[in-house]
This record gives sequence, structure tokens and C-alpha cells, in this order.
Amino acid sequence: MSFNNLDTLYRQVIMDHYKNPRNKGSVEGDALTVDMNNPTCGDRIQLQLQLDGDVIQDAKFSGEGCSISLSSASMMTQAIQGKKLDDALEMSKAFSQMMLGEDVDTEEYEMEDLEALQGVSQFPARIKCATLAWKAMEKGAQEE
Amino acid sequence: MDVQAIRQEFPILNEEINGHPLVYLDSAATSQKPQQVLDAVNDYYKQANSNVHRGVHTLGTRATEQYEGAREKVRAFLNARSTAEVIFTRGTTTSMNTIAYGYARPNLQEGDEVVVTQMEHHSNLIPWQQAVKASGATLKYIPLQDDGSISLDDVRTTVTENTKIVAITHVSNVLGTINPIKEIAAIAHDHNAVIVVDGAQGAPHMNVDVSDLDCDFYAFSGHKMCAPTGVGVLYGKKDLLESMEPVEFGGEMIDFVDLYDATWKELPWKFEGGTPIIAGAIGLGAAIDFLNDIGLDNILEHEQQLANYATEKLRTMDGITIYGPEERAALVTFNLDDVHPHDTATVLDAEGVAVRAGHHCAQPLMKWLDVTATARASFYLYNTTEDIDRLADSLVNTKEFFGDVF
Repeated sequence: MSFNNLDTLYRQVIMDHYKNPRNKGSVEGDALTVDMNNPTCGDRIQLQLQLDGDVIQDAKFSGEGCSISLSSASMMTQAIQGKKLDDALEMSKAFSQMMLGEDVDTEEYEMEDLEALQGVSQFPARIKCATLAWKAMEKGAQEE
Repeated sequence: MDVQAIRQEFPILNEEINGHPLVYLDSAATSQKPQQVLDAVNDYYKQANSNVHRGVHTLGTRATEQYEGAREKVRAFLNARSTAEVIFTRGTTTSMNTIAYGYARPNLQEGDEVVVTQMEHHSNLIPWQQAVKASGATLKYIPLQDDGSISLDDVRTTVTENTKIVAITHVSNVLGTINPIKEIAAIAHDHNAVIVVDGAQGAPHMNVDVSDLDCDFYAFSGHKMCAPTGVGVLYGKKDLLESMEPVEFGGEMIDFVDLYDATWKELPWKFEGGTPIIAGAIGLGAAIDFLNDIGLDNILEHEQQLANYATEKLRTMDGITIYGPEERAALVTFNLDDVHPHDTATVLDAEGVAVRAGHHCAQPLMKWLDVTATARASFYLYNTTEDIDRLADSLVNTKEFFGDVF
């Protein structure tokens, strides 16, 4: 059996984040909490951001979903920790471009792990899975 | 029933998906369309296209005859007493909302009850949630048995003198449960309540006789029974429909229009505001002819064989959970251990097997099953046991694939 195409979707690093999610749980103390779901499939995520001024001190998530949505959330929380909110939003834009199949300089945005999700752009039905956590972050930033 | 010959009628079944012949197991979402239906729609546009009920010219007459001819086909298909009881709508959702706005809201008041089940599709739930909110009535649930069926004893205890409407699906789109509509209708009528039946998963697969079932309203969608998208049916008993005000106002549905008021056409047209779904209805008529030629009883028998075969086959696999009662309609809903259904569906798709993954527009039922989503393979007259073998092989591959990457 050959699943070359699928291997580009389910790369090792994605499966690692899915099986061993980083930053899963909830933030201790005051935090900005955002609930987001994907109404077409039932995936849901709760994202918590602890802000110190405009810097994201801590980011944690919980929820239920497929390997793509949960690994993306894991990678995102890792990538945005310690970043300014504005920079995190820039990163989110870059991630959206990547999902549309555009070339993105992942080093510039310090989102190397996230590069693994590039393959999702070839699976249009799964793009919404990958962007769920990012949408939650954007919603949180708007509320802030 | 010659399934191979039937398959020849469906051009899309020749498609290759990701280098594999298509195995289409998502007919509960929408069915594929036979050439006969595609031709009927095409021919209408090429030879009869015109607006209905108004043109004095020849094409107007042709279009009207074909459109009203389709209504008669639906009437016969349902064994309704009159074509006045057959309203063309956009689909089951629109049919349900027409009942909720046209019948439920004006008739419900505080203290009244609307009875549903937790297996309802959102289209047979949210219109009632909204109607009870607007009227001060309450929504009550008939509990589900452990296997996802309902017991008539529970129906008897849930339906009371305060119940005005019992709204229930004929066949569950997730569990495959086939509900005893005739018996439930009798219980509803004993309490002077009306019964509304969501037939979206019923009408495509089995003979439906609304007179025998004695249901007050029955709704279904054309696209799940070989017809085009965008057309469906609302059947209602004539006296009920006559007591209702239209839900949509405008052209086509009026009798006399004055400066400050208007009167409505007679049934069924008073519920068909605007230029109707002419091509869709003609396509639905052709689909009914197609299904009748094969025979709904033959289709049901074939599908039951497929459902049994699939259940047996999947049950032999390790690490799989199957949902729903033993006696089921033409679908099997399942989950692989440790693999999210979206991931399952993506791997199956890579091998040309199309299944549905998600909450199936039944979030309260997902809650009852204690899952966020499931995978579902659903069958129709063109499916074969080979299709199910392909599904089972691909599920084995899915487990291997996710076993490997973990």
C-alpha cells in the first residue's frame, strides 16, 4: 500500500504533536479565554492566552478534534508563546497564506514546526481543521 | 434486481478518485443521479422551458403540464388523497420550517408541548426549538433505548394531553433506526396532537403510504432519492393545510390583490410563492419513475442485505465501534479506535472510498453517543457487496497507516 499523498498530509511531526500535544490544559490565573468550534464537523477548541501587556506569556488549549486541528493548536501555542500579540497575528496571516498554497518564509516567523502543515493546502476539505486554533487566537486578540 | 445494470444508469459511478474507481458510500447525504433524471431536466430546458400557470403560449402549457404532472407522480408515490396535499419546496428543511411557521407558531401557546427525540436531524429540531421559544410552549424528548431505538411505551408516557405536535424522523440518518410511524401517529392522534414526519431518509428507501401511516405532515428531499438538489416535498393533510396561512408571500400564490390586502390561491399553490422549482420538480418526477420501475420493495431488500453484510464485515474487525440498533436502514455509523473520523475519511478518500465524517447535523445525538463525530457509510440501490469489501480493506489500511505514523 502506498500513501505518498497522505504522507504529505500526515507528516511525522504532525502526528507527534497530535499524540503528545504541547500546552494542553488551562492557564493558571487570569487569562483571556476563547471558545471556538468548527460547525461543519463538530471540532471544538478552547484557547487561553495569558497576556503581560501586549506579550503572550502563556498559551494553552483544550478541546476535541482530528489530528490536523489538534496538532495545529499544539504547534500554534508553542509558536506564539513569548511573542507580541501583533506578531502572533502576523504569524496567523502567514499561516493562512500557507494554507492557500502560497510560499511563506517560516523562518522569518519562527514557525518551523508549522511548516509541516503545508501539505494540508492540498486537501481543501481539511484547511478549516488546520486554521481552527488560529481563528480562536484572532478572535481573542479582537476581544482584547 | 440487476445492480450492475442499475450502475450503468449512473454516469458518475465511472469516475476515478485519486487513481481508484469511485466507491460512493455517502448517499444519505445526497444520492447520485441516473441518466434518466439528468435527461428529464435537460429535455425540459431544451424543449419546454417556460414559466408555469400563466403563459398563454404553447411552451407555458408544456411547462405547466410537466410540472403538475410531477406533482401527480409525487401524489401517487405517497398515496396522498389529492395533489392539493403535495407542495413542492426547496427540501426537507424548508418543508419543516413551513410547518413550524404556518402551523406550529399560530397554534402553540403556553403550556403546550412539542415532542421530539434526541435522534433528530437539526432540520427536524431547530424549527421546533424556535417555535416553542416564540410561543411559550415546551419541547419534550422521547428517550432513546440503549441501542438507539425508541419504545412505544416511552412514546405513550411522553405524549400527553398538552402535546400539540409530535415531530419525529422516519429513519435516523446516523443510527439507521426505523421508527414505527404508524403506531406513533396513532398515539399522537389519541391525544389530539398532529404528527410531523421527517422522511428525508425514509422516502428514498421504502414505500411510504401517508394514508396508511396516517401522518399529518410528511417531508422529504428530492436529492436523496436520485432527483436534483433544490427540490423537496411537503405533504400535509388537506384540512390542516387549508387552516394554515402561507409562509411566503409574493407572485404565483395570490388570488386577488388589492391596494392594502390580498387573497391566496387554493392549495397547493398558496404555499408556492414565486416562480416554482419547475426543473427540479420535473427531475423529481423522473426520479420517482426510475425508482418505481425498479420497485421500492426491491430497493429496500437490497439495502437491508448491504446493511447486514456491512455490519457483519465491520464487526469482524478489531478496534471499531458500530453505533445503532441491530435492525437498521441502509447505513452503518462507526468509529475506529484512536483515529478521528475526519482522518479516517481522508485516508478512505485517498483510496477512492467516499464516506461522511462529522456530526451529521445531529449534535444532540452525538452528545447522547458521547462522541464529537463519527464516520458513516450509507448505501443506495447502486451499491454492491464489493463496495463494502473496498470499504473494509481501506479501513484496515487506515488502521495500519495511523498505526505506522504513531
